[in-house]
Amino acid sequence: MALTLNGCKIAPGRARGELLVTAEPISFWGGVDPASGRIIDPRHELFGQEVCGKVLAFPYGKGSSTTSLIILELLRVGKAPAAIINVHTEPILATGPVVSRIFFGWSLPMITLAEKDFKCLSTGRQVVVDADSRMVQIEGEAP
Amino acid sequence: MHLSDEEKEILDGGQGEARRLALAVIVELGELFGAAELMAVSQVHIDTTVYMVDSGVEFAEKCVQLGGRFAVPTSLNASAIDHFRWQEYRVPPELLEKCRRLENAYVAMGASPTWTCAPYQQGIIPRFGQQIAWGESNAIAFANSIIGARTNRYGDLMDICAGIVGRVPRFGLHLDENRRAELAVSLEGFSQDALAADALYPLVGFLLGEIAGDRVAVLQGVPPDVKIDALKGLSAAAASSGAVGLFHVLGVTPEAQNLQMCLGGKKPKATYVITPKKVQEAEERLWTAKGDTVDMVAVGCPHFSFAEFIELGRLMAGKRVHDSVAFWVYTSRAVYGWLENCRLLESLKNSGLLVLTDACPLQYPKKTWDFSAAFSNSAKFVNYCYSQTGLPVGYGSLADCVESAVSGKISRRRLPWR
Repeated sequence: MALTLNGCKIAPGRARGELLVTAEPISFWGGVDPASGRIIDPRHELFGQEVCGKVLAFPYGKGSSTTSLIILELLRVGKAPAAIINVHTEPILATGPVVSRIFFGWSLPMITLAEKDFKCLSTGRQVVVDADSRMVQIEGEAP
Repeated sequence: MHLSDEEKEILDGGQGEARRLALAVIVELGELFGAAELMAVSQVHIDTTVYMVDSGVEFAEKCVQLGGRFAVPTSLNASAIDHFRWQEYRVPPELLEKCRRLENAYVAMGASPTWTCAPYQQGIIPRFGQQIAWGESNAIAFANSIIGARTNRYGDLMDICAGIVGRVPRFGLHLDENRRAELAVSLEGFSQDALAADALYPLVGFLLGEIAGDRVAVLQGVPPDVKIDALKGLSAAAASSGAVGLFHVLGVTPEAQNLQMCLGGKKPKATYVITPKKVQEAEERLWTAKGDTVDMVAVGCPHFSFAEFIELGRLMAGKRVHDSVAFWVYTSRAVYGWLENCRLLESLKNSGLLVLTDACPLQYPKKTWDFSAAFSNSAKFVNYCYSQTGLPVGYGSLADCVESAVSGKISRRRLPWR
């Protein structure tokens, strides 16, 4: 049985991918290498992991206003996550997907979930993020 | 969201493709933040100016190709490089080319090539109460907190869109109700000497940012005659350790002449005390230099003011920078122009330091310089230098910077709070 979680749409679109989950906030500027999509902050628990093609789940963003530019670059070079799930999305984080879609037609679906639903997410599970229907569907049985 | 007739016309493409797309971004983000309508801003400061990735260049060029022009006076934040002294600064040719492309695109759209992270000290300076859209964290904090102008923390790309349409969503720090202080932070236990030391304030800012995060705080205990450059260092450090867009300095900033004004008649949700011991601990946490050798001294983060140059000239008189040290002073073209018109620039150059314009010290060309340890009077620089470049770094006053640059050894005098 798939588990369906309802959330709020931040940026439209639908994507399927493997979850990469962290309880720590992520700073894209200085935290994610824009050329490879690898997490380069040695203090981060996802250090060394690649976000490309993953459904990246982190509670909220932090750090510089350059976050939006790094997300645009990840989309440009094809190293962006397939979708982003947050608990809270601040303006600077939302700017990247919004500008990318409106100016370049590149989609990065983004959705927020309530904290208790966010805790149902675990790395490695396959999920469908359907921002337009405001839901996240976790596929398969819980391990 | 309620849109005016003109805004509807822009969204329908009636005023060109660049304005249509830029307004679509502003409206969509406004809806996400729950804004009921848009509002005009009278000036914009673009933060998407330091070359980092090609998509920044391509976005700016795309705006030009689509016919984009800035609708309001628009200034530019610091660049990755010095656009004049790039040879001396050892800028790789490919980096120079990208910075030139950014410059061409922004100038084509009508921006003023101010290339400075201290746009509040020269150029298009806002006044108290003015609605603006600024990028660059230190400039946002200074504009909101010290001047009392009103801006949100606008991110890269949204700042360009705001400039093209001259509008932003009506939300956040543009509104009275979001500018009230929730937290009260007070300086306690500092001597008059400590409060008169410029090097105190960046450390206080660093602590303030850690305490406040993204909440508005009022800071009590700062003397009313505090120097503007000390407040600059305080703002920059606060915005580097926390997501600080606005704080109040009691008796100093326009919206906080008394507690009633900035708290809105309510009690603070929490109170904190900053003591000399906490300042000393903050300094120790920022300090990552291992030995006492130093080969890079950077000041002007944010960009040096004319008043700071006067002080530097006094401290450097009769001294020479050590052969093993790069002593870099970062400033704006505007301030550089003032220096050229007096004898100060000549005497500073003769002392062996390099005055750079436009550039951001955190973005110095790392591939062509190989430093072992840095020193600065900026808590913002010290905070980011180690985390972003791995270069160990120490913190001290401007006098310490001069002594360290002259001797090649880290000099840290006994600071009054130690």
